[in-house]
Amino acid sequence: MCEHCGCSGEDAGFVLLNPETGSHYHIGDDNPDSHVHAHPHKHSHMHDSPRKISVEVDILHRNDLIAQRNRGFFEARNILALNLVSSPGSGKTTLLERTVRHFEKKPVFVIEGDQQTSLDADRIKATGVPVIQVNTRDGCHLDALMVSKAVKELNPAESSLLLIENVGNLVCPALFDLGENYRVVILSVTEGEDKPLKYPNMFRSADICLINKTDLLPYLDFDLDRFRSFCLQVNPGITFIELSAKTGEGFDRWINWLEQQVTGNR
Amino acid sequence: MHEFSIVQNIVEIAIETASQNHVKSVRSVEVEIGQASGIVADAMDFAWESLIKDTPLRQASLVIKIIPLVVKCVECGLQYSPQEIYEPCRLCGALNPEILSGKELRVTAIQT
Repeated sequence: MCEHCGCSGEDAGFVLLNPETGSHYHIGDDNPDSHVHAHPHKHSHMHDSPRKISVEVDILHRNDLIAQRNRGFFEARNILALNLVSSPGSGKTTLLERTVRHFEKKPVFVIEGDQQTSLDADRIKATGVPVIQVNTRDGCHLDALMVSKAVKELNPAESSLLLIENVGNLVCPALFDLGENYRVVILSVTEGEDKPLKYPNMFRSADICLINKTDLLPYLDFDLDRFRSFCLQVNPGITFIELSAKTGEGFDRWINWLEQQVTGNR
Repeated sequence: MHEFSIVQNIVEIAIETASQNHVKSVRSVEVEIGQASGIVADAMDFAWESLIKDTPLRQASLVIKIIPLVVKCVECGLQYSPQEIYEPCRLCGALNPEILSGKELRVTAIQT
């Protein structure tokens, strides 16, 4: 097991928690989507001499296949799915709480990803919105299989908004497609302007950047223009929205953006 | 440190390939890792040792080929190898070049 962050080692698998029913499921390596097929056969082989077998397979191909399946499911149900990524403590859950309270155009469903606890799911449940908590345990990111299982349990309604809060981490979630329509990176102004250059993969893979905790700007040296220019250097196509999930300042723009996307969705 | 799950995927692909080809013991697994893929090769070695225990790969070594980052400027067409993906073009200063190589994450072969 990795001692730095504990990415899934031999104790592979994750846990789904449904705060509505109080039930939980352990999803291990014995599920049909994550095992290696045995290959029993009777014929003998003469392969003793060394040889090279060409493979040419993408390391993440299994994740990408399941992500495409999720994407197809979302499209068929006309669900707008967002993958929210950030470092820990950027205010993702507070942002989600306010979002589900102010977004009224479509029903909202939430998947919460954390290594442990159902604290975030409990906060979302208190708003009255259906939520599933995925505990990745040793994992430092959500993957497409976890989302696929969580979606089956959550069963989001046709024409809804699905908000997926990833594990707080600016490195690992960048590589794992979940099947989302948009990737939303959240940066709080307490984190410093240089994050896009330090974590280019994450900022490059995002479609929109929410700059959170703007109510703290008067107390900090954070230079918004400098941050934006670093971010554009990594990803010239990214959209910015500045807001404070705590005070609600700038929140209209975020809600408007969401409304435009669900309208555009169909 | 997502290298652990990356290596786990490599192990699964290699075991499946070995099984499909009726191979009993694997000497090495060859992978290509792009310089800008977001993966740290040193961290993969550590994960490899702990993940191949009790698998048909227990004797196998992981051979990592790092693929350098090569980009092409979308404005002036210059091909160059920056250290980081976001470095501006050395000739015209344009950003966001087309990536020709350096994002690979691929199992290329197994040696028996």
